[in-house]
Amino acid sequence: MSADFLYGIEVVINGLMAGVMYALVALGFVLIFKASGIFNFAQGVMALFAALTLVGIMEGQIPFAHLINATFGTEIHHFGWHVPALLAIAMTVGVMVLFAWAVQRFLFRHLVGQEPIILFMATIGLAYFLEGVGDLMWGSDIKTLALGLPQGGARWIEDATAGLGGDDFYGFFIDKLDIVATGVAIVLVTGLILFSQYTKHGRAMRAVADDHQAALSVGISLNFIWILVWSLAGFVALVAGIMWGAKSGVQFSLSLIALKALPVLMLGGFTSIPGAIVGGLIIGVGEKLFEYLIGPMVGGATENWFAYVLALLFLVFRPQGLFGEKIIERV
Amino acid sequence: MKMKTLSTLALTGALTAGMAAADLVIPDLSYRTGPYAAGGTPFSDGYQDYFNLLNARDGGIGGEEVRILECETGYNTEKGVECYEATKGEGALIYQPLSTGITYQLIPKATVDEIPIHTMGYGRTSAANGEVFNWVFNYPANYWDAASVMINYLTEQNGGSLEGKTIALLYHNSAYGKEPIRTLETLSADMGFELTQIAVDHPGQEQKSQWLQIRRERPDYVLMWGWGVMNQVAVQEAANINYPMDQFIGNWWAGAEHDVTPAGAAADGYLSLNMNRIGDLPVFGEIETMVHEAGNAAGDGSNIGSVLYTRGMYAAMLAAEAIAKAQEIHGVSDVTAAMVRDGMEALEITSARMDELGMANIGPEFSVSCENHGGSGLGIVQQWNASSGTWTPLTDYIEPDNAVIDPLISEDSMAFAAENNIEPGCL
Repeated sequence: MSADFLYGIEVVINGLMAGVMYALVALGFVLIFKASGIFNFAQGVMALFAALTLVGIMEGQIPFAHLINATFGTEIHHFGWHVPALLAIAMTVGVMVLFAWAVQRFLFRHLVGQEPIILFMATIGLAYFLEGVGDLMWGSDIKTLALGLPQGGARWIEDATAGLGGDDFYGFFIDKLDIVATGVAIVLVTGLILFSQYTKHGRAMRAVADDHQAALSVGISLNFIWILVWSLAGFVALVAGIMWGAKSGVQFSLSLIALKALPVLMLGGFTSIPGAIVGGLIIGVGEKLFEYLIGPMVGGATENWFAYVLALLFLVFRPQGLFGEKIIERV
Repeated sequence: MKMKTLSTLALTGALTAGMAAADLVIPDLSYRTGPYAAGGTPFSDGYQDYFNLLNARDGGIGGEEVRILECETGYNTEKGVECYEATKGEGALIYQPLSTGITYQLIPKATVDEIPIHTMGYGRTSAANGEVFNWVFNYPANYWDAASVMINYLTEQNGGSLEGKTIALLYHNSAYGKEPIRTLETLSADMGFELTQIAVDHPGQEQKSQWLQIRRERPDYVLMWGWGVMNQVAVQEAANINYPMDQFIGNWWAGAEHDVTPAGAAADGYLSLNMNRIGDLPVFGEIETMVHEAGNAAGDGSNIGSVLYTRGMYAAMLAAEAIAKAQEIHGVSDVTAAMVRDGMEALEITSARMDELGMANIGPEFSVSCENHGGSGLGIVQQWNASSGTWTPLTDYIEPDNAVIDPLISEDSMAFAAENNIEPGCL
C-alpha cells in the first residue's frame, strides 16, 4: 500500500474521532430539542460554564471573588483546599441541575405556549447571561483541566504500523484523548438510550417528546421532565466541556464549539441521539477528507465551511436530517 | 435667587469642563471579556497601571494628571469602532486599538479626526511609512520585522544558510495571520528555503488536519501566527505529534504564559518572539506599592510581570514618553492629540532613559521619524521552561532584514496612497 493511501486512511480515522467530539456537543442540543422543541443556543456556553465550574471547584476557587473583592475591598481568591476530581464532577453536576431548575423556574415557565422563535431568542439571551455569570464567578483567565486525561499520540499504534507504506509512512497517528472521548461517547449514548427505554422517567421523557398534551393527560409533570432534560443536557455539556477543555485549557472560546455541532444537527436530525453520533462521524470524516484532498488546491482552511456545505447537501434531499422524524403536515 | 443658582451651576460646569480638558485623556480599548480575554486583560492591566503609577508618583505627565477611559471591545471590530467614537470627543490623545481588525477600521477615521494611533507590533505593517500614514505609528516593530527576525534567527542556527530547509507557516486565517506571508515568500525566494502555508480557521479550536499535514511533511521548522485559543491548541497538537518544541516558533502574540500552560510539561522548549524583554524590573516594585497596594490597580495584581502585562506597561511607557516629548516640543503641558503626534514622531528611546524609568533594557533603543514610524524592528527569541513556568531569553535583540522589508513597505504604502488619493509627505 502506498504511503498516500495510508495517510488517507489516517485522515479518515482522525475524522471519525473528531466527529465523536462534535457529536458530544450535538447530543445536548438533541436532548432539549426532542423533549421541548427548543433549539438551545446556549448549549455551547453551558459546556463552557460546566467546565469553568469544574475547574473552579477542583481548585477551591471562591466564586465571584473579583466581585466580592471589588465591593468589599477584600483580597480573597481561594478557599485553600483542592477537591478530588470525582467529587468535583459530582458537585458540578449538582450545579448544572440547579441551573436546569433555575432556567425552568425563572425563564421557560413564563414562556409556555410561546412561538418557537421566542423560545429560541430566550436561549440566545440565556447564552450571553450565562457567559457573563461564568466570567463573574470564575474569571476570564485560561484554566488548566487537571483530570489526568491521556494526551498525545498512541505510540504503540504508531510503532506497530510504521513502515507499512514504506519509509515515507510514519505509522497511524491517533490521539489518546480522542480514544478516551470515543469510549466516553459510547458509554454516554448507551446510557442515554437505556435511560430513555427502560426507566420510568426515561419513558416519561419520550412521552413528552411525542406529545406534550397527551403526556399531561396521563399525569406526567412537564415541569419535572423539562428540568430533567435540561439537567441531562447540562451533564452532556460537562462531558463535552471536559473533552474540549482538555485540548485547549478551559477558556471562553469553548462556547464556540457549538458552531461545530450545528452542521452535525442539520445532517443527523435535531431529534435523534443516534443521528447526532452518525452526523458527527459523517461531518468529521467529510471535512477532514476534503481538507486532505482538496484543501491544498484552494488554500486550505476549508473545514469550517465545508461542514456546512455537506450538511446543506443532505438538507436538500432530506430536510429532517438523516435520522430526524419525518415532517408530516395535516391539511 | 434663581439667576444666582443658574450662574453658580454654569460656573461650576465651566470649571469642571476646564478641569476635565486639562487632563491627559488616554482611552484604553480593552477586552476583558469573551474568547480573547486571557490576552486582553493582562495587557490592559499593564497599560493602565503604568499611567496610574505616573499619577501617583509624578502627579501625571508634566504636571498633568492622566485620565484613563476604559472601553470594552471584546476584541470585536464593531465594538472597537464604537469605543473610538464614544471616547474621541473626550479629548483622546492617543489610541492603542489592540486589534488588527479595529486598527484597519480606525486608520481612516483617526486620520480625519487627527488623533494618533499606536499599533505596537500589530495592525497594518506598511503604516511604518509615516509619509503616507501620518497619524499611525507601529514602533518598535511590525509583523514583517517579526517574520524576518525569525528567519534571521533560524539562519544563524543553521550556520548561515537556510538553503534546502523546509519551513511551515501555521497562520490564523485572517488579515492578521496573513500579514507575514508576503515577507516570507520574498525571503524564501532569496534564501532558498521551501515555504508551506497552512491556514487555521477561526477560532482554531480544531487543528487536527493541519497537524497531520505537518506530521506527514515534517518541515524543519514551524512558524506560527496565532492568537487566542489557536495558540494553546497548536502547542498541544505539536506535543501530540511529538514535534520538536525548539523548532516551533510563535510570533509575539503567541508567546504568553497562558499560551503554553494548558499543555503542561509537553510545552517545554517552545520558542516565541518578543518585542520586549520580560523579567524582574524595578518599576514593578513601584507599581506594587504605589498602585496595587494603594488600591488603584486595574486588575488584581496577579498579572504583574507576565509577558502581556509587561508589554502593556511598555506600550504605556512609550505613550507617556511621546506625551512628554510633545510637551517639550510645544512648551505646554495640556497637549492636544496633534501635539502628541508630533511627540511620537520625535520620540527617542535610549538605554539611559529606560534605566531611569526602572525598565532597563525592556526594549531596544530606537528613534522615530517622519519617514519611519516603525522603529527599529528588533526582536528577541525566548524559550518556555515548563518546570519553572518562565520564559527565558535565548538571544539578544535580533535585527530584521531591512533590505527586504523596506521595499515591501514602500510598495504597499504607496499603493494605499494611490488608492486613497494621499499625497505622501511629512506634516
